[in-house]
Amino acid sequence: MKLQLHPLQTETWFHIGPVPISAEVVVTWVIMAVLVLVSWLGMRRAEVRGGWLQSTLEVTVEAIADQIKAVIRSEPWPYLPLLGTLFIYLACANLSGVLPGVVAPTAHIETPAALTVIVFFSVQFYGFKEQGFAGYLKRYLEPNPLLLPLNLLSQITRSFSLMVRLFGNMMSHEFIIAIVLFLAGLFVPVPFMLLGILIGLIQAFIFTVLATVYVGGAVGATEAG
Amino acid sequence: MTVDMLSILGAALAVSVGAIGPAFAEGRAIAAAMEAIARQPEASGTISRTLFVGLAMIETMAIYCLVVALLLLYANPFTQ
Repeated sequence: MKLQLHPLQTETWFHIGPVPISAEVVVTWVIMAVLVLVSWLGMRRAEVRGGWLQSTLEVTVEAIADQIKAVIRSEPWPYLPLLGTLFIYLACANLSGVLPGVVAPTAHIETPAALTVIVFFSVQFYGFKEQGFAGYLKRYLEPNPLLLPLNLLSQITRSFSLMVRLFGNMMSHEFIIAIVLFLAGLFVPVPFMLLGILIGLIQAFIFTVLATVYVGGAVGATEAG
Repeated sequence: MTVDMLSILGAALAVSVGAIGPAFAEGRAIAAAMEAIARQPEASGTISRTLFVGLAMIETMAIYCLVVALLLLYANPFTQ
């Protein structure tokens, strides 16, 4: 028996035309379909005194909006579609690894990289929108024009660390389970899997909070992290 | 010593040494946050959110070491 693990390789399931479709893409699309279906079912006939599903969705959205408001200290609603979707998708994606036969999409580097690119460009977009073109560009020259290279570098490194943090945590957790299973046997990894549920939720929270802090920094509400 | 063996040693060294600093730092941060929450339980929401962001920043250093180790083990530029 040989332990075969490769953290940077993805497994191709099938091809659509010339495009290879990997397991992560399938899982991502299933999660998206489930989320869209649940939201549609809950809000199909929205009433003032809604049913249990509508109330659950409303409580979730309100809770996320409260958290965003506490971080950026201004109206959370313009940023809620992006940040709330990020959190809900990440929570589902990180937890999907618990299901047997499913690979968490965030445990391979492509998904965190794509999410990080989205966050990176959204931060610049919100900055331009809130402060104007010149106003936002001026922030790169503060507190001193000499610090321009460092400001640019910090934009890149913080995005990079956002990506690698999510990827590293989810991937290393999968690795630990695989190695413990290989060394010790069938039921020994169960406590690690329970820990994995906690880690998945915390990482979803951290990714969202950091994205919120970056957005807040770009729109000028808080100090950039 | 071949390049492979050196890479494995380098990876183990990177993670083991690189985990020490962030571990101490996270311990100090959590201890300080505990103290603050014990003194002011009503501010625990703000404190724990700031703590999480700070821990994520500290953890980044350890994750950089992990990246170096992974590159050495799986995408080593010197062995291909």
